[in-house]
Amino acid sequence: MMPMVRFENVTKRFGATVVLDAFDFEAARGEKVVLIGPSGSGKSTLLRMLMTLERIDAGMVMIDGEALWYVRDGADVEPVTQAHLHHMRAKVGMVFQHFNLFPHMTALQNVANAPRHVLGKPKAEAEALAEMLLRKVGLGDKLSSYPARLSGGQQQRVAIARAMAMEPKVMLFDEVTSALDPELVGEVLDVMRALSVERDLTMLIVTHQMGVARALADRVCFFEKGAIVEQGPPEQVIDDPVHARTQSFLRAVRLT
Amino acid sequence: MEFSFDLLWEILPQLLRATVVTIEATLAGFAISLIVGLVMVSGMRARQRWLRFLSRFAMEFLRATPLLVQVYFLFFVLPGFGITLSPFLTGVTALGLHYGAYAAEAYRAGLESVPRGQWEAAVSLNYSRLAAYRHIVLPQALPPIVPSLGNIAISMLKDTPILAAVTVTELMFVANEIGSERFQYTEPVTAAALIYLVLSLAAAPLINFIDRRLRPEETRA
Repeated sequence: MMPMVRFENVTKRFGATVVLDAFDFEAARGEKVVLIGPSGSGKSTLLRMLMTLERIDAGMVMIDGEALWYVRDGADVEPVTQAHLHHMRAKVGMVFQHFNLFPHMTALQNVANAPRHVLGKPKAEAEALAEMLLRKVGLGDKLSSYPARLSGGQQQRVAIARAMAMEPKVMLFDEVTSALDPELVGEVLDVMRALSVERDLTMLIVTHQMGVARALADRVCFFEKGAIVEQGPPEQVIDDPVHARTQSFLRAVRLT
Repeated sequence: MEFSFDLLWEILPQLLRATVVTIEATLAGFAISLIVGLVMVSGMRARQRWLRFLSRFAMEFLRATPLLVQVYFLFFVLPGFGITLSPFLTGVTALGLHYGAYAAEAYRAGLESVPRGQWEAAVSLNYSRLAAYRHIVLPQALPPIVPSLGNIAISMLKDTPILAAVTVTELMFVANEIGSERFQYTEPVTAAALIYLVLSLAAAPLINFIDRRLRPEETRA
Protein backbone atom coordinates (compact mmCIF):
# COMPACT_ATOMS: atom_id res chain seq x y z
CA MET A 1 0.00 0.00 0.00
CA MET A 2 1.11 3.52 -0.75
CA PRO A 3 2.60 5.23 2.32
CA MET A 4 0.78 8.28 3.68
CA VAL A 5 3.98 10.17 4.29
CA ARG A 6 7.23 9.60 2.51
CA PHE A 7 10.65 11.28 2.61
CA GLU A 8 13.04 10.31 -0.13
CA ASN A 9 16.67 11.34 -0.04
CA VAL A 10 15.79 14.60 1.71
CA THR A 11 18.48 17.09 2.66
CA LYS A 12 17.85 20.12 4.82
CA ARG A 13 20.38 22.72 5.89
CA PHE A 14 20.16 25.73 8.15
CA GLY A 15 23.07 27.80 6.93
CA ALA A 16 26.12 25.60 7.28
CA THR A 17 24.40 23.11 9.59
CA VAL A 18 23.05 20.01 7.89
CA VAL A 19 19.91 18.95 9.74
CA LEU A 20 18.89 16.08 7.48
CA ASP A 21 21.22 14.41 5.00
CA ALA A 22 19.84 12.06 2.34
CA PHE A 23 17.08 11.14 4.74
CA ASP A 24 14.51 8.43 4.05
CA PHE A 25 11.34 7.85 6.04
CA GLU A 26 7.88 6.39 5.55
CA ALA A 27 4.68 6.28 7.57
CA ALA A 28 1.76 4.09 6.53
CA ARG A 29 -1.82 5.35 6.41
CA GLY A 30 -3.18 5.34 9.96
CA GLU A 31 0.19 4.62 11.51
CA LYS A 32 1.09 6.33 14.81
CA VAL A 33 4.80 7.09 14.74
CA VAL A 34 6.62 8.62 17.70
CA LEU A 35 9.90 10.40 17.02
CA ILE A 36 12.36 10.66 19.90
CA GLY A 37 15.95 11.80 20.17
CA PRO A 38 18.14 14.65 21.36
CA SER A 39 17.24 18.24 20.45
CA GLY A 40 18.57 19.37 17.10
CA SER A 41 18.39 15.85 15.70
CA GLY A 42 15.89 16.87 13.01
CA LYS A 43 12.61 15.51 14.42
CA SER A 44 10.77 18.82 14.59
CA THR A 45 12.20 19.91 11.26
CA LEU A 46 10.64 16.83 9.70
CA LEU A 47 7.21 17.85 10.98
CA ARG A 48 7.72 21.46 9.95
CA MET A 49 8.57 20.41 6.38
CA LEU A 50 5.35 18.43 6.16
CA MET A 51 3.44 21.52 7.31
CA THR A 52 5.31 23.66 4.72
CA LEU A 53 6.82 25.76 7.48
CA GLU A 54 10.26 24.77 6.15
CA ARG A 55 11.40 24.05 2.61
CA ILE A 56 13.75 21.24 1.72
CA ASP A 57 17.10 21.69 -0.01
CA ALA A 58 17.10 18.42 -1.93
CA GLY A 59 15.05 15.27 -2.37
CA MET A 60 11.32 14.64 -2.31
CA VAL A 61 8.57 14.73 0.30
CA MET A 62 5.29 13.05 -0.56
CA ILE A 63 1.97 13.14 1.26
CA ASP A 64 -0.82 10.78 0.25
CA GLY A 65 0.86 9.94 -3.04
CA GLU A 66 1.45 13.54 -4.11
CA ALA A 67 4.76 15.38 -4.07
CA LEU A 68 4.81 18.25 -1.60
CA TRP A 69 8.37 19.27 -2.34
CA TYR A 70 10.49 17.79 -5.11
CA VAL A 71 13.90 19.44 -5.37
CA ARG A 72 16.73 18.25 -7.60
CA ASP A 73 19.94 20.09 -8.45
CA GLY A 74 18.82 22.97 -6.24
CA ALA A 75 15.60 23.65 -8.16
CA ASP A 76 11.96 22.67 -7.80
CA VAL A 77 11.18 19.82 -10.21
CA GLU A 78 7.50 20.30 -9.53
CA PRO A 79 6.76 24.01 -9.27
CA VAL A 80 5.46 24.90 -5.80
CA THR A 81 2.57 27.28 -6.40
CA GLN A 82 0.36 28.82 -3.73
CA ALA A 83 -2.50 26.69 -5.01
CA HIS A 84 -0.39 23.55 -4.62
CA LEU A 85 0.62 24.53 -1.07
CA HIS A 86 -3.01 25.08 -0.10
CA HIS A 87 -3.98 21.77 -1.69
CA MET A 88 -1.31 19.92 0.30
CA ARG A 89 -1.85 21.81 3.59
CA ALA A 90 -5.47 20.67 3.57
CA LYS A 91 -4.23 17.12 4.22
CA VAL A 92 -2.15 18.04 7.26
CA GLY A 93 -2.88 19.45 10.72
CA MET A 94 -0.40 20.48 13.36
CA VAL A 95 -0.33 21.05 17.11
CA PHE A 96 2.50 23.15 18.53
CA GLN A 97 4.52 23.12 21.72
CA HIS A 98 3.29 26.57 22.71
CA PHE A 99 -0.33 26.01 21.57
CA ASN A 100 -0.40 29.12 19.34
CA LEU A 101 -4.06 29.70 20.02
CA PHE A 102 -5.51 32.97 18.72
CA PRO A 103 -5.64 35.14 21.86
CA HIS A 104 -8.36 37.46 20.56
CA MET A 105 -10.84 34.64 20.03
CA THR A 106 -12.80 32.45 22.44
CA ALA A 107 -12.19 28.70 22.47
CA LEU A 108 -15.22 28.25 20.22
CA GLN A 109 -14.05 30.92 17.77
CA ASN A 110 -10.55 29.45 17.73
CA VAL A 111 -11.95 26.14 16.50
CA ALA A 112 -14.73 27.54 14.28
CA ASN A 113 -12.77 30.28 12.50
CA ALA A 114 -10.86 28.18 9.97
CA PRO A 115 -13.80 25.92 9.02
CA ARG A 116 -15.74 29.12 8.45
CA HIS A 117 -13.21 31.32 6.70
CA VAL A 118 -10.95 28.73 5.06
CA LEU A 119 -13.43 25.99 4.19
CA GLY A 120 -16.32 28.44 3.76
CA LYS A 121 -18.79 26.62 6.02
CA PRO A 122 -21.79 28.63 7.21
CA LYS A 123 -21.35 30.16 10.65
CA ALA A 124 -23.89 27.93 12.39
CA GLU A 125 -22.37 24.79 10.92
CA ALA A 126 -18.82 25.80 11.81
CA GLU A 127 -19.82 26.61 15.37
CA ALA A 128 -21.75 23.38 15.78
CA LEU A 129 -18.68 21.49 14.59
CA ALA A 130 -16.46 23.44 16.98
CA GLU A 131 -18.79 22.81 19.89
CA MET A 132 -18.88 19.10 19.13
CA LEU A 133 -15.08 18.89 18.98
CA LEU A 134 -14.60 20.92 22.16
CA ARG A 135 -17.02 18.61 23.98
CA LYS A 136 -15.01 15.69 22.67
CA VAL A 137 -11.84 17.06 24.27
CA GLY A 138 -13.70 17.72 27.52
CA LEU A 139 -14.08 21.47 27.18
CA GLY A 140 -17.83 21.76 26.63
CA ASP A 141 -18.01 24.21 29.53
CA LYS A 142 -15.22 26.48 28.19
CA LEU A 143 -16.67 27.44 24.81
CA SER A 144 -16.71 31.17 25.51
CA SER A 145 -13.43 31.33 27.46
CA TYR A 146 -10.48 33.22 26.03
CA PRO A 147 -7.12 31.36 25.92
CA ALA A 148 -5.66 33.61 28.64
CA ARG A 149 -8.26 32.20 31.04
CA LEU A 150 -7.43 28.55 30.25
CA SER A 151 -4.74 26.33 31.75
CA GLY A 152 -1.95 25.03 29.51
CA GLY A 153 -3.59 21.63 29.29
CA GLN A 154 -6.92 23.18 28.33
CA GLN A 155 -5.28 25.42 25.75
CA GLN A 156 -3.54 22.48 24.17
CA ARG A 157 -6.81 20.55 24.00
CA VAL A 158 -8.42 23.51 22.22
CA ALA A 159 -5.47 23.48 19.81
CA ILE A 160 -6.03 19.79 19.06
CA ALA A 161 -9.74 20.41 18.47
CA ARG A 162 -8.85 23.34 16.21
CA ALA A 163 -6.55 21.21 14.07
CA MET A 164 -9.06 18.34 13.90
CA ALA A 165 -11.82 20.70 12.73
CA MET A 166 -10.02 20.86 9.36
CA GLU A 167 -10.29 17.06 8.98
CA PRO A 168 -6.64 16.35 8.22
CA LYS A 169 -5.34 12.98 7.11
CA VAL A 170 -2.06 13.50 8.91
CA MET A 171 -1.74 15.06 12.37
CA LEU A 172 1.60 16.40 13.53
CA PHE A 173 2.31 16.85 17.23
CA ASP A 174 5.43 18.89 17.92
CA GLU A 175 6.38 18.41 21.60
CA VAL A 176 2.81 19.19 22.57
CA THR A 177 3.24 18.25 26.23
CA SER A 178 6.69 19.77 26.76
CA ALA A 179 5.45 23.19 27.88
CA LEU A 180 2.91 21.74 30.31
CA ASP A 181 3.13 21.28 34.05
CA PRO A 182 3.55 17.55 34.74
CA GLU A 183 0.07 17.18 36.22
CA LEU A 184 -1.49 18.55 33.02
CA VAL A 185 0.23 16.10 30.66
CA GLY A 186 -2.31 13.38 31.38
CA GLU A 187 -5.37 15.27 30.12
CA VAL A 188 -3.67 16.09 26.79
CA LEU A 189 -2.38 12.55 26.47
CA ASP A 190 -5.92 11.22 27.04
CA VAL A 191 -7.18 13.34 24.15
CA MET A 192 -4.39 12.10 21.90
CA ARG A 193 -5.08 8.52 22.89
CA ALA A 194 -8.74 8.99 22.00
CA LEU A 195 -7.68 10.35 18.61
CA SER A 196 -5.35 7.45 17.99
CA VAL A 197 -8.37 5.15 17.86
CA GLU A 198 -9.23 6.66 14.48
CA ARG A 199 -7.75 4.04 12.19
CA ASP A 200 -7.24 6.21 9.12
CA LEU A 201 -5.62 9.13 10.93
CA THR A 202 -1.86 9.13 10.56
CA MET A 203 -0.12 10.66 13.56
CA LEU A 204 3.49 11.81 13.77
CA ILE A 205 4.44 12.71 17.31
CA VAL A 206 7.67 14.36 18.44
CA THR A 207 8.16 14.06 22.19
CA HIS A 208 10.69 13.84 24.99
CA GLN A 209 8.26 12.02 27.24
CA MET A 210 8.52 8.26 27.08
CA GLY A 211 5.07 7.92 28.64
CA VAL A 212 3.63 9.62 25.57
CA ALA A 213 5.62 7.34 23.28
CA ARG A 214 4.52 4.21 25.11
CA ALA A 215 0.87 5.24 25.15
CA LEU A 216 0.51 6.11 21.49
CA ALA A 217 3.17 4.58 19.30
CA ASP A 218 2.83 1.80 16.79
CA ARG A 219 6.45 2.50 16.05
CA VAL A 220 9.13 4.54 17.80
CA CYS A 221 11.98 6.09 15.81
CA PHE A 222 15.12 7.20 17.59
CA PHE A 223 16.75 10.13 15.78
CA GLU A 224 20.30 11.28 15.99
CA LYS A 225 22.05 13.84 13.84
CA GLY A 226 19.40 13.74 11.15
CA ALA A 227 19.19 9.99 10.81
CA ILE A 228 17.03 7.26 12.33
CA VAL A 229 19.43 5.15 14.38
CA GLU A 230 16.94 2.64 15.68
CA GLN A 231 13.23 1.98 15.25
CA GLY A 232 10.59 -0.55 16.20
CA PRO A 233 7.65 -1.10 18.54
CA PRO A 234 7.83 0.92 21.78
CA GLU A 235 8.44 -2.08 24.01
CA GLN A 236 11.55 -2.84 21.99
CA VAL A 237 13.01 0.65 21.39
CA ILE A 238 12.16 2.11 24.79
CA ASP A 239 12.49 -0.93 27.03
CA ASP A 240 15.14 -2.94 25.27
CA PRO A 241 17.12 -0.70 22.92
CA VAL A 242 19.89 -2.26 20.89
CA HIS A 243 21.90 0.78 19.88
CA ALA A 244 24.32 2.29 22.42
CA ARG A 245 23.19 5.86 21.61
CA THR A 246 19.55 4.96 22.18
CA GLN A 247 20.47 3.40 25.51
CA SER A 248 22.38 6.44 26.75
CA PHE A 249 19.66 8.85 25.52
CA LEU A 250 16.96 6.91 27.35
CA ARG A 251 19.04 6.81 30.50
CA ALA A 252 19.44 10.59 30.34
CA VAL A 253 15.71 11.12 29.72
CA ARG A 254 14.71 8.91 32.65
CA LEU A 255 16.90 10.88 35.00
CA THR A 256 15.09 14.14 34.28
CA MET B 1 -0.43 96.08 25.85
CA GLU B 2 -4.10 95.50 26.45
CA PHE B 3 -6.16 92.43 25.88
CA SER B 4 -9.55 93.27 24.41
CA PHE B 5 -12.27 90.77 25.23
CA ASP B 6 -14.61 92.71 22.99
CA LEU B 7 -12.38 92.07 20.03
CA LEU B 8 -12.04 88.41 21.01
CA TRP B 9 -15.83 88.11 21.12
CA GLU B 10 -16.15 89.81 17.76
CA ILE B 11 -13.71 87.59 15.91
CA LEU B 12 -14.75 84.34 17.56
CA PRO B 13 -17.34 83.32 14.90
CA GLN B 14 -14.73 83.78 12.17
CA LEU B 15 -12.21 81.72 14.09
CA LEU B 16 -14.71 78.95 14.78
CA ARG B 17 -15.58 78.72 11.10
CA ALA B 18 -11.88 78.34 10.41
CA THR B 19 -11.67 75.71 13.16
CA VAL B 20 -14.12 73.61 11.17
CA VAL B 21 -11.68 73.70 8.24
CA THR B 22 -8.85 72.72 10.60
CA ILE B 23 -10.84 69.74 11.89
CA GLU B 24 -11.83 68.72 8.38
CA ALA B 25 -8.23 68.89 7.22
CA THR B 26 -7.06 66.83 10.20
CA LEU B 27 -9.71 64.14 9.73
CA ALA B 28 -9.23 63.93 5.96
CA GLY B 29 -5.45 63.93 6.32
CA PHE B 30 -5.64 61.27 9.01
CA ALA B 31 -7.90 59.06 6.89
CA ILE B 32 -5.50 59.38 3.96
CA SER B 33 -2.49 58.66 6.18
CA LEU B 34 -4.10 55.45 7.48
CA ILE B 35 -4.52 54.21 3.93
CA VAL B 36 -1.14 55.45 2.72
CA GLY B 37 0.46 53.77 5.73
CA LEU B 38 -1.28 50.50 4.94
CA VAL B 39 -0.13 50.63 1.32
CA MET B 40 3.44 51.41 2.38
CA VAL B 41 3.63 48.70 4.99
CA SER B 42 2.19 46.18 2.52
CA GLY B 43 4.89 47.24 0.09
CA MET B 44 7.58 46.84 2.72
CA ARG B 45 6.39 43.30 3.40
CA ALA B 46 5.85 42.32 -0.24
CA ARG B 47 7.59 39.33 -1.79
CA GLN B 48 9.06 41.47 -4.60
CA ARG B 49 12.36 42.98 -3.63
CA TRP B 50 11.89 46.09 -5.85
CA LEU B 51 8.55 46.82 -4.18
CA ARG B 52 10.11 46.55 -0.74
CA PHE B 53 12.91 48.88 -1.79
CA LEU B 54 10.52 51.40 -3.33
CA SER B 55 8.26 51.47 -0.28
CA ARG B 56 11.15 51.88 2.12
CA PHE B 57 12.60 54.66 -0.01
CA ALA B 58 9.24 56.47 -0.16
CA MET B 59 8.87 56.17 3.58
CA GLU B 60 12.35 57.48 4.34
CA PHE B 61 11.90 60.30 1.83
CA LEU B 62 8.59 61.44 3.29
CA ARG B 63 9.91 61.38 6.83
CA ALA B 64 13.21 63.06 6.02
CA THR B 65 11.82 66.09 4.18
CA PRO B 66 9.80 68.90 5.79
CA LEU B 67 6.05 68.90 5.47
CA LEU B 68 6.16 72.49 4.25
CA VAL B 69 8.40 71.48 1.35
CA GLN B 70 6.02 68.66 0.47
CA VAL B 71 3.04 71.01 0.53
CA TYR B 72 4.86 73.46 -1.75
CA PHE B 73 5.90 70.66 -4.04
CA LEU B 74 2.33 69.43 -4.48
CA PHE B 75 0.99 72.96 -4.91
CA PHE B 76 3.55 74.54 -7.20
CA VAL B 77 5.36 71.69 -8.95
CA LEU B 78 2.58 69.22 -9.74
CA PRO B 79 0.60 71.70 -11.92
CA GLY B 80 3.65 71.69 -14.20
CA PHE B 81 2.86 68.02 -14.82
CA GLY B 82 -0.77 68.84 -15.52
CA ILE B 83 -2.06 67.93 -12.06
CA THR B 84 -3.86 70.78 -10.34
CA LEU B 85 -5.45 70.30 -6.93
CA SER B 86 -7.41 72.78 -4.84
CA PRO B 87 -5.50 74.23 -1.87
CA PHE B 88 -7.50 72.11 0.58
CA LEU B 89 -6.92 68.89 -1.41
CA THR B 90 -3.25 69.73 -1.78
CA GLY B 91 -2.98 70.26 1.96
CA VAL B 92 -4.70 67.09 3.08
CA THR B 93 -2.83 65.04 0.48
CA ALA B 94 0.47 66.36 1.80
CA LEU B 95 -0.59 65.70 5.39
CA GLY B 96 -1.75 62.21 4.44
CA LEU B 97 1.47 61.34 2.63
CA HIS B 98 3.76 62.80 5.26
CA TYR B 99 2.02 61.20 8.21
CA GLY B 100 1.28 58.06 6.20
CA ALA B 101 5.00 57.34 6.48
CA TYR B 102 4.70 57.51 10.26
CA ALA B 103 1.53 55.43 10.21
CA ALA B 104 3.41 52.81 8.17
CA GLU B 105 6.05 52.68 10.87
CA ALA B 106 3.34 52.22 13.52
CA TYR B 107 1.68 49.45 11.50
CA ARG B 108 5.05 47.76 11.07
CA ALA B 109 5.64 47.78 14.83
CA GLY B 110 2.15 46.35 15.37
CA LEU B 111 2.61 43.60 12.81
CA GLU B 112 5.99 42.66 14.25
CA SER B 113 4.46 42.40 17.70
CA VAL B 114 2.36 39.44 16.50
CA PRO B 115 4.35 36.31 17.38
CA ARG B 116 5.62 34.01 14.64
CA GLY B 117 3.62 31.19 16.16
CA GLN B 118 0.41 32.94 15.11
CA TRP B 119 1.52 32.86 11.47
CA GLU B 120 2.54 29.23 11.79
CA ALA B 121 -0.86 28.36 13.26
CA ALA B 122 -2.49 30.19 10.34
CA VAL B 123 -0.41 28.23 7.82
CA SER B 124 -1.21 24.96 9.58
CA LEU B 125 -4.93 25.73 9.31
CA ASN B 126 -4.52 26.54 5.62
CA TYR B 127 -5.45 30.22 5.80
CA SER B 128 -4.60 32.25 2.71
CA ARG B 129 -2.24 35.16 3.32
CA LEU B 130 -5.12 37.61 3.06
CA ALA B 131 -7.40 35.65 5.40
CA ALA B 132 -4.56 35.28 7.91
CA TYR B 133 -4.07 39.05 7.94
CA ARG B 134 -7.76 39.73 8.21
CA HIS B 135 -8.81 37.22 10.85
CA ILE B 136 -5.66 36.56 12.84
CA VAL B 137 -2.89 39.11 12.41
CA LEU B 138 -4.60 42.51 12.05
CA PRO B 139 -7.00 42.04 14.98
CA GLN B 140 -3.92 41.50 17.13
CA ALA B 141 -1.67 44.07 15.46
CA LEU B 142 -4.04 47.04 15.49
CA PRO B 143 -5.10 47.48 19.14
CA PRO B 144 -1.54 48.02 20.44
CA ILE B 145 -0.90 50.78 17.89
CA VAL B 146 -4.04 52.82 18.54
CA PRO B 147 -2.10 55.12 20.91
CA SER B 148 0.60 55.71 18.27
CA LEU B 149 -2.04 56.45 15.66
CA GLY B 150 -3.67 58.83 18.13
CA ASN B 151 -0.38 60.66 18.54
CA ILE B 152 -0.13 60.92 14.77
CA ALA B 153 -3.60 62.48 14.63
CA ILE B 154 -2.69 65.06 17.29
CA SER B 155 0.62 65.92 15.60
CA MET B 156 -1.28 66.34 12.38
CA LEU B 157 -3.77 68.69 14.00
CA LYS B 158 -0.88 70.84 15.20
CA ASP B 159 0.69 70.81 11.73
CA THR B 160 -2.43 72.05 9.92
CA PRO B 161 -1.19 75.71 10.11
CA ILE B 162 1.37 74.72 7.49
CA LEU B 163 -1.52 74.52 5.05
CA ALA B 164 -1.87 78.30 5.42
CA ALA B 165 1.18 78.47 3.15
CA VAL B 166 -1.02 77.42 0.24
CA THR B 167 -3.97 79.62 1.30
CA VAL B 168 -6.12 77.02 3.02
CA THR B 169 -8.38 79.10 5.25
CA GLU B 170 -7.73 77.10 8.38
CA LEU B 171 -7.54 78.50 11.88
CA MET B 172 -4.04 79.98 11.82
CA PHE B 173 -4.51 81.48 8.37
CA VAL B 174 -7.63 83.32 9.56
CA ALA B 175 -6.05 84.37 12.87
CA ASN B 176 -3.11 85.80 10.96
CA GLU B 177 -5.41 87.57 8.53
CA ILE B 178 -7.38 89.18 11.34
CA GLY B 179 -4.13 90.25 12.96
CA SER B 180 -2.78 91.92 9.87
CA GLU B 181 -6.06 93.65 9.09
CA ARG B 182 -6.44 95.18 12.54
CA PHE B 183 -2.82 95.36 13.66
CA GLN B 184 -3.95 93.35 16.66
CA TYR B 185 -2.27 89.96 16.85
CA THR B 186 -2.64 89.23 20.57
CA GLU B 187 -6.33 88.38 20.59
CA PRO B 188 -6.61 86.22 17.44
CA VAL B 189 -3.38 84.33 18.10
CA THR B 190 -4.25 83.74 21.75
CA ALA B 191 -7.69 82.53 20.73
CA ALA B 192 -6.18 80.23 18.13
CA ALA B 193 -3.78 78.77 20.69
CA LEU B 194 -6.66 78.09 23.08
CA ILE B 195 -8.71 76.44 20.36
CA TYR B 196 -5.78 74.15 19.42
CA LEU B 197 -5.35 73.33 23.09
CA VAL B 198 -9.01 72.39 23.49
CA LEU B 199 -8.94 70.22 20.35
CA SER B 200 -5.77 68.41 21.42
CA LEU B 201 -7.08 67.79 24.92
CA ALA B 202 -10.41 66.56 23.57
CA ALA B 203 -8.65 64.08 21.29
CA ALA B 204 -6.91 62.27 24.14
CA PRO B 205 -10.02 60.85 25.86
CA LEU B 206 -11.42 59.95 22.45
CA ILE B 207 -8.32 57.90 21.68
CA ASN B 208 -8.47 56.26 25.11
CA PHE B 209 -12.07 55.33 24.46
CA ILE B 210 -11.26 53.70 21.11
CA ASP B 211 -8.28 51.96 22.69
CA ARG B 212 -10.46 50.48 25.39
CA ARG B 213 -13.20 49.45 22.96
CA LEU B 214 -10.68 47.55 20.83
CA ARG B 215 -9.37 45.42 23.69
CA PRO B 216 -11.80 43.04 25.28
CA GLU B 217 -10.85 42.65 28.92
CA GLU B 218 -10.39 38.90 28.66
CA THR B 219 -7.54 39.21 26.20
CA ARG B 220 -5.59 41.74 28.23
CA ALA B 221 -2.76 39.77 29.71
